[in-house]
Amino acid sequence: MMMKKSKQPIALALGLMLGVATTGALAEDYVHIAPPSEPVAEGLEGYTSGDARSGFTYASEETRTLQEDDFENPAFLWVEKAQELWDTVEGDAGKSCQSCHGDVESMKGVGAVYPKFDPEVGDLLNLEKRINLCRSEGMQATPWKWESDELLGMTALVKMQSRGMPVNVAIDGPAKEYFDKGLKFYNTRIGQMDMACKHCHIDQNGTYMRAELLSQGQANGFPTYRLKWQKLGSLHRRFRGCNNNIRAAKLKNGSPEYMALELYVTWRGNGLPIEAPSVRK
Amino acid sequence: MIYHMLKRQVACAAGCAALVGVVSGASSALAEGSLERVTEPNLKPYTIVDGTSIPQSFTGKAGNAANGKKLFVHRKKGNCLTCHTAPIPEEEFHGQVAPDLDGVADRMSEGEIRLRLVNPKLVNPDTPMMAYYKTHGLHQVKKSFIGKPMLNEQELEDIVAYLMTLK
Ligand code: HEC
Ligand code: HEC
Repeated sequence: MMMKKSKQPIALALGLMLGVATTGALAEDYVHIAPPSEPVAEGLEGYTSGDARSGFTYASEETRTLQEDDFENPAFLWVEKAQELWDTVEGDAGKSCQSCHGDVESMKGVGAVYPKFDPEVGDLLNLEKRINLCRSEGMQATPWKWESDELLGMTALVKMQSRGMPVNVAIDGPAKEYFDKGLKFYNTRIGQMDMACKHCHIDQNGTYMRAELLSQGQANGFPTYRLKWQKLGSLHRRFRGCNNNIRAAKLKNGSPEYMALELYVTWRGNGLPIEAPSVRK
Repeated sequence: MIYHMLKRQVACAAGCAALVGVVSGASSALAEGSLERVTEPNLKPYTIVDGTSIPQSFTGKAGNAANGKKLFVHRKKGNCLTCHTAPIPEEEFHGQVAPDLDGVADRMSEGEIRLRLVNPKLVNPDTPMMAYYKTHGLHQVKKSFIGKPMLNEQELEDIVAYLMTLK
């Protein structure tokens, strides 16, 4: 049997959240990642950073093999289509992505720093929102629907230009407010089952819930091709799934809550390599 | 197997109940022999004794252990094997999150087991285990489950009866 450490501050903070008032508990008062009890399997060290571990290190060998070979990885059906869309002119401005950005390789590094606060927009943007702003503002074309093949594919294409680069999102300045909100969501019990993200992905990380091995719930692989979905899917779709499993109301893709949550969840994996588009069970 | 030590934070019982439930009756549940009446929307009121136990059956009689075993396994009812191991070898993939329930009736009284199911947060505020008989103080609940407990009175008693056979 193994004891878990330093849970007291969380218990306290949760107690406060549930009840009377949330008196500004600081980020330092929370456990963000439970230190793994065992070293990562040999050969997978590259998918870790400090205590952080990619979902890749929890995946089966078959799933990992699928991800590692771009010709086998089913996500590349979407990526290839996005590659065509990159230089397809659309919208009233008569422009394509290429017109403003040149080759897609110019996107190297971008995926590693999103979500990011955009001073011009005055809000937090993730890649999906950034891409759609380029469509609506730059191209004067209709934004793509969240979870559409086009937006998923383009998000994956842009993000994979940073493959192997460490996740490096900023949480200071104007991003702080979103970070705090995401952190709070992560630790707040919701749903009929009254559980928080942290119960599964921090406290129980590395253990089995029936046939499911609980990972740290890292974001570095998204968009991900899930075998269960038979499709590429966004991080917010994953949030909706995890909410639904504990009988909590699913929030809207791109909602302020999920945007803040995305920033916090991505930050937990700062240092992990970008591995989009990943493959998961 | 990895699981948390069961923290007997009885001291929290009073405070937590006051936060999450509509509590009337004794103001302090700390004293031995204290009785605490809990009333929540759509639920039968019940009494917590000493902050540790609900001795009285919700149906007024013992549950059906055989049915309780089915509910224990059922993924849309107890789904207890998500987290626990239990002497049910015919089921694959028991959870690793929580203590083995084999022998639980040697360790706990019927009333303690009932409280554990009704609201485990009274025993351990940081537990991942869900309250199976609670409708109040929850957030962002999926519409179709609002105001409904995870288990009804009969289902609860059937599972308690099944656990009482695990000696
Ligand atoms: C009842 C348990 C449970 C809760 C609560 C839960 N999750 Fe999950 N989550 C899972 C399981 C099981 C998986 C699939 C296996 C894995 O990767 O951990 C998963 C996967 C994920 C993944 C994908 C990881 C990858 O590498 O592909 C993310 C991201 C995630 N969860 C985030 C969250 C967030 C954010 C919350 C809260 C809003 C949350 N989860 C709540 C059980 C849970
Ligand atoms: C999401 C995880 C989870 C689920 C589902 C769950 N439990 Fe638990 N249970 C726990 C944990 C963890 C503990 C012990 C530590 C604690 O208090 O958190 C526990 C403790 C218990 C105990 C006390 C055991 C002892 O030896 O002290 C009993 C009895 C119990 N659970 C019964 C049940 C039953 C019956 C069900 C289903 C109707 C169930 N649990 C479902 C996580 C769970």
